[in-house]
Order: sequence, then C-alpha cells, then structure tokens
Amino acid sequence: MNENYEIVAENVSFSYPGEETNPPVRALRGVTLRVPKGSYTAILGRNGSGKSTLARILCMLEIPEEGELYIGGKLMTGDGVTETDILEARKRVGMVFQNPDNQIVATIVEEDVAFGCENLGVPTEEIRKRVDEALETVGMRKYARHSPHKLSGGQKQRVAIAGVIAMKRDCIIFDESTAMLDPMGRREVLDTIDKLNSEDGVTVILITHYMDEATRADRVVVMDGGTILKEGTPSEVFSDPEALWSASLDVPQTTELLYGLKKKGLDVPLDVFDPERCAAVIAGALASRGGKKNGDR
Amino acid sequence: MKMDIAFGQYCHGDSVLHRLDPRVKIVTAIVFIVEIFLAKSAASFALIVAATVLLLALSGISPRIILRGIRPIVFVILFTAVINIFFVRGEKPLVEFWVIKIYPEGLINAAFIAIRIIVLIVSTSLFLTYTTTPIALTDGLEQLLSPLSKIKLPVHEFSMMMTIALRFIPTLIEETEKIMNAQKARGADFSTGGLIKRARALIPIMIPLFVSAFRRADELATAMECRCYTGGKGRTRLNVLKAGPADLIFALCVVALGAAVVLLNIYVPFFKVGIY
Repeated sequence: MNENYEIVAENVSFSYPGEETNPPVRALRGVTLRVPKGSYTAILGRNGSGKSTLARILCMLEIPEEGELYIGGKLMTGDGVTETDILEARKRVGMVFQNPDNQIVATIVEEDVAFGCENLGVPTEEIRKRVDEALETVGMRKYARHSPHKLSGGQKQRVAIAGVIAMKRDCIIFDESTAMLDPMGRREVLDTIDKLNSEDGVTVILITHYMDEATRADRVVVMDGGTILKEGTPSEVFSDPEALWSASLDVPQTTELLYGLKKKGLDVPLDVFDPERCAAVIAGALASRGGKKNGDR
Repeated sequence: MKMDIAFGQYCHGDSVLHRLDPRVKIVTAIVFIVEIFLAKSAASFALIVAATVLLLALSGISPRIILRGIRPIVFVILFTAVINIFFVRGEKPLVEFWVIKIYPEGLINAAFIAIRIIVLIVSTSLFLTYTTTPIALTDGLEQLLSPLSKIKLPVHEFSMMMTIALRFIPTLIEETEKIMNAQKARGADFSTGGLIKRARALIPIMIPLFVSAFRRADELATAMECRCYTGGKGRTRLNVLKAGPADLIFALCVVALGAAVVLLNIYVPFFKVGIY
C-alpha cells in the first residue's frame, strides 16, 4: 500500500526539549500525512503551527518521538535504522531552506550545484551533465561561472534548487523557500517549482504561509497547533473561509472577495484563484443577475 | 561605509593564466617569489618587472584593478624606501646636510626594494588570487597537501573550512555594513573619540555579528547534511585538476626565468647591490 506514496507519516508526534525556565514545546501532536508520488502538496500554517517541524521530520533532520515514518516505502523510525538508511533516505528527499545565503557552500555557482553530487560520489562526466541540466531547468545556465553573492535573492534560491535537482531526488521539500524573496524572486522560484513538478515528475512539498502560493498545489494541508486542521484540494480547503479565519489564517485574496460577494447574495463559486478568471467570474455573475432583473421587468 | 576588499578577490576571466592548473600556479608562484629575491642587479630586476608585465598582459586583468590592490600598501613601500635612502651607507655621499648623508647606494636600494615589494604583491595576486577561483586554490592546496592525510592530518576538512570561510567573507561584510547602519540609525557613533572609545563602539557590532554568524553556521551545517555531506571519503569532483601541455610550458618558462635572473646577476652586474 505504501508503494504509491513517496512519504507516509503515521501519527507522528514531536517535542522540542525544554530549557531551564521553559517547559518542553510540543510541536507536533499525532500528525498523519500521506504524500503520493508525483504530487504537489502545500502545507500551510501560521508561525508555530508545526509546519517547519514536520518538514524537518520528513527529511530526517529530527526523529519523531512517536509514530512511524516511511520514506519510499521504507520504515525510517524505531530501532534498527542505520546511518546508511538515513543517507539512502536523504538521497530520495531533498530540502530547500528559507535563507538562500545559508545553504550555498561554494564560491562559484556550478561548484555549488555540484556539491551534492560530489558527496554522492557521482562520476565526474555525469556530474558535469547533471549540473548543466539542473542549471538549465532553473534558467541559471548563463550564471554558471558567477559568484553567488552577486546574484539576487531569487537567483540564489534557484541555484540552491538546482543543487537539489542535480542530486536527482524524487521529492523536494521547500521550507518557506520564498519567504525572504521579493515578489519577482518569489514568482521565479514558484514557476521553477511548478515546472519541476509538472515536467520532471518530482514530488513537491511546499511549506508556506502565503495562501496564494498554496493554490498552485493539488493538495493543501492546513496545520494549526501541531495538528492537521484541514486537508484536501485547494477548492475544498478554501471553501470554508470562516474555519481558516478562526485559526488566524488567511484565505487567498480572490476567495476572500468572492466569499464577501456570495454573502451579499451574488451567485459566485469560491474556488477561483487566478485574479483574471476571478474578475471574469464576477463580471459573468453580475451580467446574469442584471439580465434576470431586466427580464423580471 | 564601503569596505575595500580588492586585494585577494578573484577576477572573472578566461585567459591562459586563468586556465592553468592551480597546483602549477601555487608551485610556480613560490618559485617566482624566490626569483624576485634572487634578483640583485638592474638587468635582472628589469627582467623580473618585464615578466610581471607579461603576466599582467596574459591575465587580461585591467591594470586599474592591480593599482587598487597596491593602494593599501603604498605607505609600507614609501616607508621602507625612505628608511633605505637615509640609512644605507656607501662610499661617497651624494648629498651631505647636517647629520643626513644620502649615498647613491641608498637611492638604488630604495628603488629596488620598492620595485621588489610591488612586484611581489602584483605577481602573487596575478598568479593566485586574481586568476584562480578561491575554490580552485583550496582544491589545488588540498591535492598538493594530500600526502599529509597519510599521517592522519585532516587535509580535506581543512580545505572545506577554507572554502566555506571564503564563501562567507562577502556575506559577513554585507552583514557588518547592515548592522553598522542599524546601530547608526539608533545614534551610535563610530567615527569620533579616542582609540578606546572607538574600539568600545565596535562591541555593539561584533556581538550581533557573532550571533548571526553562529546561526548561519548552524543552518549551513544542516543544509550540508541534507545534501549528503559526510566528509571527504568517497567524494568525487566536478572539476578534476588536470595539468596539460600549457602548464608544463608555463612551469618551464618560470624556471628559465630563474636561470636568466641568476645569469644576469653574474654577467650584467650594473648597479649590483647587496640587498637583504
């Protein structure tokens, strides 16, 4: 049953150890998550909702206290998990972090992209090929010989993504990878992520607190207080804005607008996330209403 | 405050010098330094200067960048030159004024020392820092020193540390500027007062800088772990160092230059001086 899933977390719990004055923080309480192969999952939640902790567990940076974690169908919790198993799991699941500056190791773009492959012991010609391909995918080919600190935030983050792609991971977790970028950089990175998922079939887990980013995914998981609050397609999750608002979360701007209009009696759907289409839907609804009124007369 | 970090910065290019094997460059740079100190006559100095100019032409680096690299050491050059002018004793004084005696030997010595320091800085930065990426440099060093790993010296780990340090220099400089501006916005004053006051004014910069550097180190370690870094064992390379015919020719030229310097010292001994 686990074959069709890239990652399966069953009833996972985790606490951060307390310090002298602070009690331990229970970050995850029995989270169950199944990530199908090739899917695009967005994990949403406000600060402290446990979304980043979940990400760290999914790529084996933290070990859950309770529950089971399967990566590529292999059990990764409990006794008998060796260093080699962890390394194998890390070859399947990669992670792109929030701050691009703190994950770039080398002083030349292509050397950094190659870093992961070098660690895996990939032969030199193969590394060359993979690095070129990865840079092509993220559209940074012409910067191959540049120094990373002269690039913009979005470009740096795309270099970091290329580094993960070059390792040919089946699954990439993006832990708020767009949070530190300007709107331009965000769009660059999100388009790259879309492309990876749709063209190369990479399983994507996008952790974010921007609702608009989550609408790109095929599945949305909303977290609050260390548990999963809601789960489903973007349409399903955003169909009930009140529930999200009660968890101090936003809904996409389009949904908020449409929800307000619907409450005022306009017949519109809630699950239109593209601004252009949203405008078209509202215009259509207004026209048909106007038409009805005219007909009544 | 913009910090001047021209010295020791790689200049992107694709010249003959850029493409040489870093191991060859490191070794020949050392040989070249020895040759600079071997030069003792006007002719051999002229040859060394000519060789340096040739290197500059080969590297395709703008002389303005080179001048920028020399600027911080102008004072040192002037200072040593002046010391030489006044303190070197010869046979017949050129100028005599009260206790000051200037000998022609002193002038020659001063000129040679100045040339020597300039050539030393320019040539080493041309060989190494300007034309070799820091990562190639550490790679070259790692391979040159790799025999030492046989006696359990952590050569790979050391070169990894070097690479990361080099990688974070610009990042940390940027961060320092940011923190300084933030503190200035709160009324901190870094440019007035005595030495002690100024040194104390740096504390509110150093502390946040250190805290953030540690946090960066922690995040970088996590990111490296996520990218399967497990130390030097079983690693392959994107760029494997390969010495080709160009490297051999270059090395031979540098060696030939040394021979020429020694011969010129002996057979064309104009203005030959015993400098230290």
